[in-house]
Amino acid sequence: MARYLLGRFAGILIVFFIVSVVVFLLMHAIPGGPYNEDKVPLSPEAKANYMRKYGLDRPLVEQYVLYMGNALRGDFGVPFQSPTETVTGLIARTWPVSASLGFAALLVAIPLGLLLGIIAATRQNTWLDYAASATSTLGLTVPNFVVAVWLVLLFAVQLKWLPTGGWGEWYHYIMPVAALALAPMALTARYTRTSILEVSRSDFIRTARAKGLSGRQIMTRHTLRNALIPLITVLGPQIPNLITGTIFIESIFRVPGLGKFFVTSILGRDYPMIMALLLLVAVVWSVVYLITDILYTIVDPRVRLGKSKS
Amino acid sequence: MTTSTSLAPGQPVNTQQELRQRTLLGDAARRFARNKLALVGLFIVTALILTAIFADFIAPFPYDAADPVNALQFPSSEHWMGTDEVGRDVYSRIVYGTRISLAVGLGVMAIALIIGVPLGLLAGLAGGPVDYIIMRVVEVFTAIPALMLALLLISVFGGGLYNVILALGIVAWLDACRLLRAQLLSLRERDFVLAAQTVGASKVRIAIRHLLPNAVAPLIVAVTIGIPVAIFAEAGLSFLGLGVNDPIPSWGKMVGNSLSYMRVYWYLGVFPTLAIAFTMLGFTFFGDGLRDAFDVSTNS
Repeated sequence: MARYLLGRFAGILIVFFIVSVVVFLLMHAIPGGPYNEDKVPLSPEAKANYMRKYGLDRPLVEQYVLYMGNALRGDFGVPFQSPTETVTGLIARTWPVSASLGFAALLVAIPLGLLLGIIAATRQNTWLDYAASATSTLGLTVPNFVVAVWLVLLFAVQLKWLPTGGWGEWYHYIMPVAALALAPMALTARYTRTSILEVSRSDFIRTARAKGLSGRQIMTRHTLRNALIPLITVLGPQIPNLITGTIFIESIFRVPGLGKFFVTSILGRDYPMIMALLLLVAVVWSVVYLITDILYTIVDPRVRLGKSKS
Repeated sequence: MTTSTSLAPGQPVNTQQELRQRTLLGDAARRFARNKLALVGLFIVTALILTAIFADFIAPFPYDAADPVNALQFPSSEHWMGTDEVGRDVYSRIVYGTRISLAVGLGVMAIALIIGVPLGLLAGLAGGPVDYIIMRVVEVFTAIPALMLALLLISVFGGGLYNVILALGIVAWLDACRLLRAQLLSLRERDFVLAAQTVGASKVRIAIRHLLPNAVAPLIVAVTIGIPVAIFAEAGLSFLGLGVNDPIPSWGKMVGNSLSYMRVYWYLGVFPTLAIAFTMLGFTFFGDGLRDAFDVSTNS
């Protein structure tokens, strides 16, 4: 286990390094810079000053080494789009907003998805099953910004139950969370259903039934326990996207989260912010993947990490 | 594969005919036709393609005919879906938008295949260090958030429809590559390859005659499932104002523009979102139907 983790860690570091180089080169390949005339009216002298201040006049290799060196020490620089604060400060201010939305969406999506999946599986081929399946198909195919627009039109414009957007009150969570939760809920429901139906056909369920356990006991003690294992791998990859902010949802509901910076930092050639966001996402991804792998070994003792995985 | 056509006892088995009847495509078509949802998908996809081809005849107005006097008109008998903020007919723009969406869906998948298939073949067939390097490249690209990568590429190339397609294609090739490689790796272990080896077939012949044909069906399925994803990505980019430029009608951009008018002019948001939703559902049903018909699993 320890050896496996160490190997994984080394692998992650190598990928990190290459990713950071690729993105660094890509973002400097974008024509124009953060202090070009089309963005801020600056005299050539002032522009040169800024370029010198942020080290943008040095060779690319030097800039890269400097940035990564500082980043390793926890200094991610100053966002060009908001020069009065640090990148770390900006992320610390906006990320919790996005993360709280993401976690709220997961808290709604997983239980509801499980419920839908269990209902669909236990009432297979009834109208309940079809309704649940239709819901999950819709949730998986219709893009979340489309759902978000419908929510606004229905609950804010027509019924006037909720404001069209904003942030700060508990009710501001309702629509963005609903829009965000739909897809993971649908995914959970679909996999739960398939998985339960598959497990129900296995021998140990027949044994449980033969020894006279009630349907409910079989479901909770035997079927569910085994059926939920694959869900970990399905839901794992959903988490990073949800908790690092979704620009569509945040811009529709005017949520002051991290999402919009993924776009504005690129449009504004905000090099320090681009690198910081990239590293943030990469770290969240690796952590989530590692946790998923470890969780898997805990839930399913047959899986051993580091041994012949293919 | 168990046979489903039952033969009456004593009826002579015409092997020639049997072979001709039971082709992979024939079987798939039969299974597809039995799947109601898949047929709905096929219907929607066909309707979309016809709309795109005959947009000039279907749309009552040109997509860029601005008429500021009649801006922001609610749906009426003249403008079925109303007019937008500069007086363009929304219905016509949605009809022409079909072209953009389909062009994006097909174009992106074409680029994804052009990059992904050769690399997937190379990785799956050559193995060893070649495979290792290609898979690390795939991994690096996967680690960059798709939206960010697409935006970076669009910023480097510049905006416009073709560059959006190119950028999204560069993001989308990873799946085709991974899928093809996984297919080849598992096919290599199958008995029919061993059989071909035993009778002395060369590596190249095995690859072309035995491995590739078996990997085509999953690839077709992956492409059909990738089309709505690409359409969604373009709609998303245009929604943010980063995709195609005015006056080209993109559904995503129409949704994005509608946000500022939605309190009163609700119809501006309703129709393009419905168009996106229907297209996504159509292609998804169609793709899922193909997957079931070809009986391939897409979880790689």
